[in-house]
Amino acid sequence: MNWYQALTMILPEIIMLAMACVLLMLQAFLPERRKGLIHVLALVTLALVAILTMRPYLVGSPVWPESILHGAFVRDRAGDLMKVFVEIVAFLALVYGKQYFRVWQQKAEDFYILLILSVFGMMVMISAANLLTLYLGLETLALASYAAVAMFRKIGLSVEAAVKYFVMGAVASGMLLYGMSLLYGATGSLQLSEIRTAVAALPAHDPLLLLALVFLLVGLAFKLGAVPFHMWLPDVYEGAPAAVMSFVASAPKIAGFAILYRVLVDGLAPISSQWQGIVGLLALLSMGLGNVVAIAQTNVKRMLAYSTISHVGFLLLGMLSGSVGYTASLFYALTYALMSVGAFGLLMLLTARGQEAETLDDLKGLNQRAPWLALMMAFLMASMAGVPPFVGFFSKLYVLQAAVEAGQIWLAIAAVLFAVMGAYYYLRVIKVMYFDTSENEQPVLLPLDAQAAITLSGTAQLFLGVFAGPLMSLCVWAMN
Amino acid sequence: MISLGHYLALGGMLFVLSLAGIVLNRRNVLLMLMSVELMLLAVNMNFVAFSRYLGNVDGQVFVFFVLTVAAAEAAIGLAILVVLFRKRHSIDVDELDELKG
Repeated sequence: MNWYQALTMILPEIIMLAMACVLLMLQAFLPERRKGLIHVLALVTLALVAILTMRPYLVGSPVWPESILHGAFVRDRAGDLMKVFVEIVAFLALVYGKQYFRVWQQKAEDFYILLILSVFGMMVMISAANLLTLYLGLETLALASYAAVAMFRKIGLSVEAAVKYFVMGAVASGMLLYGMSLLYGATGSLQLSEIRTAVAALPAHDPLLLLALVFLLVGLAFKLGAVPFHMWLPDVYEGAPAAVMSFVASAPKIAGFAILYRVLVDGLAPISSQWQGIVGLLALLSMGLGNVVAIAQTNVKRMLAYSTISHVGFLLLGMLSGSVGYTASLFYALTYALMSVGAFGLLMLLTARGQEAETLDDLKGLNQRAPWLALMMAFLMASMAGVPPFVGFFSKLYVLQAAVEAGQIWLAIAAVLFAVMGAYYYLRVIKVMYFDTSENEQPVLLPLDAQAAITLSGTAQLFLGVFAGPLMSLCVWAMN
Repeated sequence: MISLGHYLALGGMLFVLSLAGIVLNRRNVLLMLMSVELMLLAVNMNFVAFSRYLGNVDGQVFVFFVLTVAAAEAAIGLAILVVLFRKRHSIDVDELDELKG
């Protein structure tokens, strides 16, 4: 492959990074009244990059996976599917963000730039075929997220959340890196494909390899927020601005699946019997604790944090069930990101001047104030709870189906029980919106773009639920 | 003669020390940042030792990147710390307790 072809393959990433730099310059030098341009340019960039990512499939049928840059970077169908979803989710988060920052009277440009940078980090992470690329992508994402969480620097909670996020994130990176260094020592390579061959040749109980595995899993669990490494997650969700959370809580889950898949399946598949036990335990604990503790929360952001933990449990459950399970997990990650950005987006739109909409009281009687928003939130909550015909039901169904087929009957039964318990707190949100009355009778007025975005997020739950089959076939096509 | 095992032991000890520094530290956030840096250095020690032992230069290249990332991380960490100090006039770990549930 010549350099020109290689260049066209990483063109989306190059454009993303270049635009992040351009926007940074514009932010520094544009006069205040022209700053709106940055928002538009960020949206255009995301749309353009999404189209560029899909372009090879539109003009032909590429024979992928194809790795470039001496095997550091790989383009494959699963990666491209994930990237397109990351870009869609980022697009939605940007549209919601505009209204939110206007209400808070804060400068939003930094957020747009950090978001573009973290999307770039995720794209690199998703396409990584090498431990070094994986680490650099992860850190690009993480550093941009730390800065974004600390954005509201006049507000104490945001800063405290940022400190916690930073320290925990740095510890997680440290663990992951330590695992990578041991894995490098045990196998003699950073290339995931070479690691796979080397691991297959090693004895299954090689102590260095097992130690590496444990550190890698702890690091990944920290990053994803799986129990027992979840302590930072609720605090960060509660303290950070909703605009930042709508993004940090959604798209990185897709990238998180990518890194799990790359490390555990592409790299460490030969010792899958060793990691399945640990991942199973993480999945069980996350589903259990997430759903039980969420019931006790009155702060919606905190409740969504525990709900994220339980969704991560489901994501991990899929990793236990072979290739059918990986596909189910991919489906889960993609749909969860869409739900999550919608739910936080709605909280952002309800934010009043100087007051974050975050407690259940803020959602009281939403049906009288804004019937359409209440309906969309009901769709999102029902989807998260896993009520048919919304897409959340199918994502849970596919994961459970894969688990049962792989013989993980008890885990599947536990997952169903926890999901039923979890349905309580999602339905409570719907009950509060429809059957309680609010003291605040003010109707919610929204600009057209925000309304369009929330309508898209809400109705997508129903639409993708009805057309879950085609989306699943897309995932199957991508993973084969 | 210093063998691979000695280097790994040193790396392991540095790692444990830095982890202890983060977990046991009840004093201030600056110490946490220092521990985080130490953690990355422990990893570097491992990479260099393995790289030398395996006769493979990949590990040393990785170390360059880790050093760069560590610098960026320190910059972000200190920036957050400055914001925290401006807001609270203290960087005590114990006072970071407004978020609970």
